[in-house]
Amino acid sequence: MKTNRLPQEAPKIFIEERKRSVLVKGGDNAAALNCDEDSLAGSVSQRACVYCGARVVLNPITDAVHLVHGPVGCASFTMDIRGSLSSGTELYRNSFSTDLSEEDVIFGGEKKLAAAIDLLVARHHPKVVFVYSTCIIGVIGDDLQAVCKAASQRNNVDVIAVESSGFMGNKAAGYRAACNVLLKAMEPQDGSLVKSKPKAINFFGEFNVAGERWIVHNYLEQMGVELNVVLTGDARYEDLKRTTHAALNIVQCAGSMNYLANKMQELYDIPFIQISFVGVGDTVDTLRKIAEALADPDITAKTEALIERELAGITPALEQYRKRLTGKKAAVYVGGGFKAISLIRQFKELGIEIVVIGTQTGMKEEYQRMATLVNDGTVILDDTNPAELTGFMMELQADLLVGGTKERGIAYKIGRGFIDHNHARQHALIGFEGAINFAKEVADTICSPVWKYIPQIGGEKHG
Amino acid sequence: MLDHTPKECIERKSLVINPAKTCQPLGATYAALGIHRCLPHSHGSQGCQMYFRSHLNRHFREPVEAATSSFTEGAAVFGGGSNLKAALKNIFAIYEPDIVAISTTCLSETIGEDIPTYILQAQVPEGKYVIHANTPSYQGSHITGFSNMTKGMVKYLSAAGGKSNGKINVLPGFVNPGDMREIKRILRSMKADYIMFPDTSGVLDAPLTGEYHIFPEGGTKIKDIIDSGNSLGTLALGHFASTDSAQELKKKCKVPYQALTTPIGITATDDFLMAIAEFSGQPVSAELEEERGQVIDIMADLHQHYYGKEVALFGDPDMLTGLTQFLLELGMKPKYILTGTPGDLFEKEVNQMLSQAGTQAKVKSAGDLFTLHQWIKQDPVDLIIGNTYGKYIARAEDIPLVRFGFPIMDRGVHSYMPVVGYKGAMRLIEMISNTLLDRVDRDTADEDMELIM
Repeated sequence: MKTNRLPQEAPKIFIEERKRSVLVKGGDNAAALNCDEDSLAGSVSQRACVYCGARVVLNPITDAVHLVHGPVGCASFTMDIRGSLSSGTELYRNSFSTDLSEEDVIFGGEKKLAAAIDLLVARHHPKVVFVYSTCIIGVIGDDLQAVCKAASQRNNVDVIAVESSGFMGNKAAGYRAACNVLLKAMEPQDGSLVKSKPKAINFFGEFNVAGERWIVHNYLEQMGVELNVVLTGDARYEDLKRTTHAALNIVQCAGSMNYLANKMQELYDIPFIQISFVGVGDTVDTLRKIAEALADPDITAKTEALIERELAGITPALEQYRKRLTGKKAAVYVGGGFKAISLIRQFKELGIEIVVIGTQTGMKEEYQRMATLVNDGTVILDDTNPAELTGFMMELQADLLVGGTKERGIAYKIGRGFIDHNHARQHALIGFEGAINFAKEVADTICSPVWKYIPQIGGEKHG
Repeated sequence: MLDHTPKECIERKSLVINPAKTCQPLGATYAALGIHRCLPHSHGSQGCQMYFRSHLNRHFREPVEAATSSFTEGAAVFGGGSNLKAALKNIFAIYEPDIVAISTTCLSETIGEDIPTYILQAQVPEGKYVIHANTPSYQGSHITGFSNMTKGMVKYLSAAGGKSNGKINVLPGFVNPGDMREIKRILRSMKADYIMFPDTSGVLDAPLTGEYHIFPEGGTKIKDIIDSGNSLGTLALGHFASTDSAQELKKKCKVPYQALTTPIGITATDDFLMAIAEFSGQPVSAELEEERGQVIDIMADLHQHYYGKEVALFGDPDMLTGLTQFLLELGMKPKYILTGTPGDLFEKEVNQMLSQAGTQAKVKSAGDLFTLHQWIKQDPVDLIIGNTYGKYIARAEDIPLVRFGFPIMDRGVHSYMPVVGYKGAMRLIEMISNTLLDRVDRDTADEDMELIM
């Protein structure tokens, strides 16, 4: 029998300092959630740094050399860990580092960096070199911008400094640093037209993890919509230069790319819409939103036909999963707000209620939206820690957790299923195909016999 | 597919391509997890600790909890003292560890943080401990960081009380929890009283019980690390990860030590058992003698399958030294031996082993996987032995890979199973010979397929 036992840490689920970062819908702490703030010093946070944010956004650019200027750690920890796929070169999957030593820290790393860039250009002839700044670069007095500028002139190739010193903020600051690089790269050169393609759109905040860009590309083709540039999944550097040609930007991962879309609206008068291909309902809505924004009857007709075709294709399978999963409960802890919001609806489509939901870097409006979508009693949390997350999952009897690498182990330890919705995912999880993959993953992890063998949650110890 | 490595070598001093090491604080974090109820703490930016946790988590498939000072711009300019003091106060209030082990980062080292002073100024509850190690990311590697944190345990905790406890200290080095369990089993089999630290068994291979505890049952007890100053002697396994700490313990508490090769294979395990016997006065147990005989039996049964095969091996220095010795015992030919960790001692030790066996190989410290790949391109091998990162080379060159060392992020169970001791030797022979035979089965023509091999 399933017990409702709380973990030992239960009295500490609400630690004083975290009170304003945790909200129970319908409870008395209805004051707005604290978010987008620095973590408490000493907390076991699931958050990352500026370099991490910048690297995540730029890494999928496949024909770039991604050179990390600093001691080796930052480069070795990010060696090919994102699941972004390429249709061409695999250059981006290599890990390049200046591997600064003590001597470099004392005398400066500029010469080493310049030599590293020259060597990489000579050997790989990349379209662009991104040079990532790490924590100590400014502190040891390296002028990253000057070295990159000189290297660019010397080698006749774009060498771009990414200002991503880890301590300058959190992951969101890294997103902005990356977006600034992208904005610079897309600045129209002579003769490059702005908004020259009325039926073309850009897709922002899509990183082609498990080939997800290709799924959306296929839909758009069937709708008669041209996919101009994707930022940054399977992107090539030359692509960026025609970003301004599109008539519309669609933004999926808002946390990383809303800033860019806003800037493009401001600079080039290109409108954007917030979309999500996570879940069947949101996919359908997104396709219709795109058609509506492009205001072309032909596109609208093709879009409706596509939706009808796809729904007919997946509904029977989805219905089977729904039968198996109705009544289950889920917890969600992901990086940004957009995915969390979409997952609420997607789990409803499977008959599953969300009982705990939170993000590392969600924004105020996103948390407000979540609060309107979930049921009373659902716990909403920002920048959580393992004790808090598992405490609420056990109290509210979640059957599985959707999260990233660091959350996997803690979900399993309390005998709950787990789905990686981060960059380590193995299967595409967006669009109609993604919805089926997702349902299958949910069913596989919840229905696995392994949970039956855990004595504390109802299994037989010696059975 | 993933082949951007050219055959011809290039002179390259300013650039590392596909590193075969990572930075010090990762190793320090792993060592700290080997103390019972210890929360590792990284004095640096928030991202560092996130990367350490993710990396360890991917290898062990276990929750890895650790805290950070979360440096901001202000901390980088004015120092992170107030961050650290606030962090310690919060950590003891919220997570209730018995001990916090602080490691530094490149940032906190570069701005010259005085950690001991911060610790003195911090409010540490009665009966709780805070230790630290300087682990600048721009020196050495994760193995250096592991060594420094282990040394930090000795510096802060070990104490000589004047009366011998009759025990042997064992410093296992940067090995898996499965190896640490095996080392303890060997000590028990030898009826030797021991103190082993750090010990991540029971921490990073804890059972699934349905409950989450930030501090699992395992890890060396603080009182045992303190008592290590009263032991008969110390066995330091692995020169890069353990010798420094043994020296420190000798300096501080006058405990003599023996520096040994990580006990991988026959000779190194024999040496380990003899050293235990010497300190404890107990003979080698019948159980272990039987196991040794079994390994020799297995070697006789299977030697034709691996004899003379050429091997490229890469990873952490202590593991490679032990493995090189074992491959020579098996009659295999270590051809390329490369570690990312800097240190001439590695090349010296390994070359000595090779010359004693009447052979030679390309041996390199402070190398990277790009170099290893170039060597293999110029002159291929039959087998690669190394961590997960070897799969790119294995795929590009169509050479089989045996996964060994850290990190292994694309397979499971490795962290539970030993490679040390005679049991570990059996397991390595099984992995090596099965991998080679799988390749024979894959490549053989239909008419040559054999049922019995």
